[in-house]
Amino acid sequence: MALSQLLSSSSRSGNRLKSLSSAISLRHPISTDTTPITVETSVPFTSHQCEVPSRTVQTNAKELLTFFRDMALMRRMEIAADSLYKAKLIRGFCHLYDGQEAVAVGMEAAITKKDSIITAYRDHCTFIARGGTLLEVFAELMGRQAGCSRGKGGSMHFYKKDSNFYGGHGIVGAQVPLGCGLAFAQKYCKDEAVTFALYGDGAANQGQLFEALNISALWDLPAILVCENNHYGMGTAEWRAAKSPAYYKRGDYVPGLKVDGMDVLAVKQACTFAKEHALKNGPIILEMDTYRYHGHSMSDPGSTYRTRDEITGVRQERDPVERIRKLILSHDLATEKELKDTEKEVRKEVDDAIAQAKENPVPDSSELFTNVYAKGLGVESFGADRKEVRATLP
Amino acid sequence: MALRNIMGKRVGIGLMGSRALSTATCDVESGSAKSINLYSAINQALHVALETDPRAFVFGEDVSFGGVFRCTTGLADRFGKARVFNTPLCEQGIVGFGIGLAAMGNRAIAEIQFADYIYPAFDQIVNEAAKFRYRSGNQFNCGGLTIRAPYGAVGHGGHYHSQSPEAFFCHVPGIKVVIPRSPRQAKGLLLSCIRDPNPVVFFEPKWLYRLAVEEVPEHDYMLPLSEAEVIRQGSDITLVGWGAQLSIMEQACIEAEKDGISCELIDLKTLIPWDKETVEASVRKTGRVLISHEAPVTGGFGAEISASIVECCFLRLEAPVARVCGLDTPFPLVFEPFYMPTKNKILDAIKATVNY
Repeated sequence: MALSQLLSSSSRSGNRLKSLSSAISLRHPISTDTTPITVETSVPFTSHQCEVPSRTVQTNAKELLTFFRDMALMRRMEIAADSLYKAKLIRGFCHLYDGQEAVAVGMEAAITKKDSIITAYRDHCTFIARGGTLLEVFAELMGRQAGCSRGKGGSMHFYKKDSNFYGGHGIVGAQVPLGCGLAFAQKYCKDEAVTFALYGDGAANQGQLFEALNISALWDLPAILVCENNHYGMGTAEWRAAKSPAYYKRGDYVPGLKVDGMDVLAVKQACTFAKEHALKNGPIILEMDTYRYHGHSMSDPGSTYRTRDEITGVRQERDPVERIRKLILSHDLATEKELKDTEKEVRKEVDDAIAQAKENPVPDSSELFTNVYAKGLGVESFGADRKEVRATLP
Repeated sequence: MALRNIMGKRVGIGLMGSRALSTATCDVESGSAKSINLYSAINQALHVALETDPRAFVFGEDVSFGGVFRCTTGLADRFGKARVFNTPLCEQGIVGFGIGLAAMGNRAIAEIQFADYIYPAFDQIVNEAAKFRYRSGNQFNCGGLTIRAPYGAVGHGGHYHSQSPEAFFCHVPGIKVVIPRSPRQAKGLLLSCIRDPNPVVFFEPKWLYRLAVEEVPEHDYMLPLSEAEVIRQGSDITLVGWGAQLSIMEQACIEAEKDGISCELIDLKTLIPWDKETVEASVRKTGRVLISHEAPVTGGFGAEISASIVECCFLRLEAPVARVCGLDTPFPLVFEPFYMPTKNKILDAIKATVNY
C-alpha cells in the first residue's frame, strides 16, 4: 500500500499522541487529533463515462481510529451472530457481512444522515453504520421486542427511519427501483440529498435494475447505485452469471466507477465523488470490489464453490480491518496494544448487548395482527380463529 | 408432436370433465420400490423425464450442482450442460425463456428457487404462458412448460421463504396448478405435469423435502391430473386439502376419530382444473365440508371450493363450509405457530361443524 506522508506534522502529532495515550492508557484511544494526513488508495479508480476521482485521500487520526473501531465492532458483531445462529438463538435466515465492512463504514463517512441508504438483506452492518445500536441488532436477530423492527422483521429487515435507512429487503433487486423513488422524492423536495441503492452482483442481472437505471437517467435523479460485488451470487461466480462482470459499465449511458471495496478510504473518496456527481448530473453506478468471508447465509458453508485458499488469501492481503490497523501503526497514531484494547472493548460491548438482548421478551402475540394496514384504516380480525373480520372505514 | 406421441400411449391426461382414466392404468404397483424422501422422488422424476425425452431441459438458479434442495442432483453430470444449466438471477427471464423454449416443441422444466420469488415471473405466466394457445388460435402453445417451485412453511422461513401463492395462479385459465402430498405422489404427478400438453405450475411442499419418506416405485409411472383422491374414508365430514397440510389434517382426523367423528379426507392434487365431482360426491355423502390450506384465508383457493360446493350441494349441507387457513397477515417471522392452521384449529373446526 503506497503511503505518502507529510513527515514533519505527522511525527509531531505522533509524539503528542503517544504522550496522551500513555496518560489514558486504559481508556479507548479515540484520538481527537484532526491534523490532516494524506493517504493514497491501494489501487486507482477506473471509470466509465466520467472523470476519475483523485487517488489521494485526505484523512486524519480521529477518522482512522473511528474507522478501525467501527469495523472491528462490525466484524465482532457478525462473528457473534454466527455463534448465536449455531446455538439456535437466531433462527430463519442470517446473511453475514464480515469482509465487506469497509463499504458500510466508508460510505457513511462520506455522507450525512439526510442522505438515504437502501440495501438488500445483508444489512446488519449498514444498520450499525447508520447509527443503529448493538442491542437493536441482536434483539431483532433473535426476534425480540427491543429489535429495530420490533422483532417482526428479523435479520433481513432492519430499518432506521430517523437516519433514513430504508432497509432491509428480501427479494433480490426489488430495492433498487425503490431507491430511485427515494431519489426522486429528494429531488422533488429539493433536499440536496442523495440516495445510495445497494445491490449485489447476483441482483445486477435483474430486469428491474435496468428499468430503474433508465428512469433515473431520464429524470436526472440523485441516485447512486452501488453494486457490492463480492463475486458470488449465492454459490454462482460472477463470470457464470453475467456476460459482462464489469458492473460499473452496465449502466451504459449512466457513468460508473470501480472502487476497491476493501479499502475504506477509497470507498469514502468514491462516495464523496458520487454524491457531488449525483446532485449535479444524475445517476452514477459505483462498483465496490469486495469479498465476504462467510457463505451466502448461515446455511451455506461457503466452501463448495470457492477454495479455502481463496478465502484465506483475501483475508491476508485485503482485509479491511487489517489494512486500517497497518495504516494506523505505520503512522504512529496508536500503539498495537491500544488497538488490541479497542478490540477487547468492542468485544465486551457486543457481549453485553447479546446478554441484554437475550433477556428481552418476544413480542406479544397480538403483534401478529398489528401494522398489516395503517392503524384504524384497514380490517381487524376477531375471534379465536380470526375469521370474523371487521373493516374500519375512515 | 413429441408431446402427444408419448402421452397418447400412456394415460390420457384429462381434459375438462374427462374422467376416462382410472388408477388401474397407472402401473404404480408393479415393479420394485424404494423408500426415499420427497426431493429424491422429484430427482428421480426429473431423471426419467430427461431420459425419455431428448428434448427435455432443466434450468433455473443453481440447478447445476443439484439445487438448494438437491432436487436436481446428478442431472447435469448425466445429461450434460446443454440440457441442465444454471440461469442468472432473473425469474422473469427464466419463465419467459422457458415459454419460448416450449413454444418450439421442447419440454422446458424451469425451477423457481422459492415460490416467494415467482412474482417477477407472474406476468410471463399469466399473460404469456396461459394465453398463448388461446390467442394464436391453436397455432402455437407452450404446453411443454413446467415450472417447479418449493412452497409453504418450513418452520423458520419468515416472510419470503414460506409463502403459498397457489391461489394467485388458480385464477388463470390456461395453466394447471398441481401440488403433491408425498414422494410417491410427487414422482408420478411431476411426470404427468411434464408430459401434459399444457403449461403447469408444480408447487413442491418444501417442509416435506426431507421429512416425508415413502416407498416409491423405481420405474416410470404417471399419476392422473385433475383427479382428486380420497385418502381416508369417512361418513361425518369431508376434509379437503393439498400438499403438506394433508398430514396435519390427517392427524386431526385421527384425533376426531377418538371422539367418534368419522372424517373423509380428500387430496385435491390438481388445483386447477380441480376435480369437483369427487369432492361433490363426498359432500353428498357426509353433508359437511372443511377446507384447510396454509395460504391466508381471504381469497385463498378454499374460497373457490367453498363457493362451488355451496352452489351444487346447498340443500345437502348440514353446516356452513369451514375454512381453517392461514391468517390474513403477511407470513410472520416469530409468530409462525400462531399463523399456521394447526391440528388443534382443524379439530376445533371439525367439532364445531359436526355439532352445528
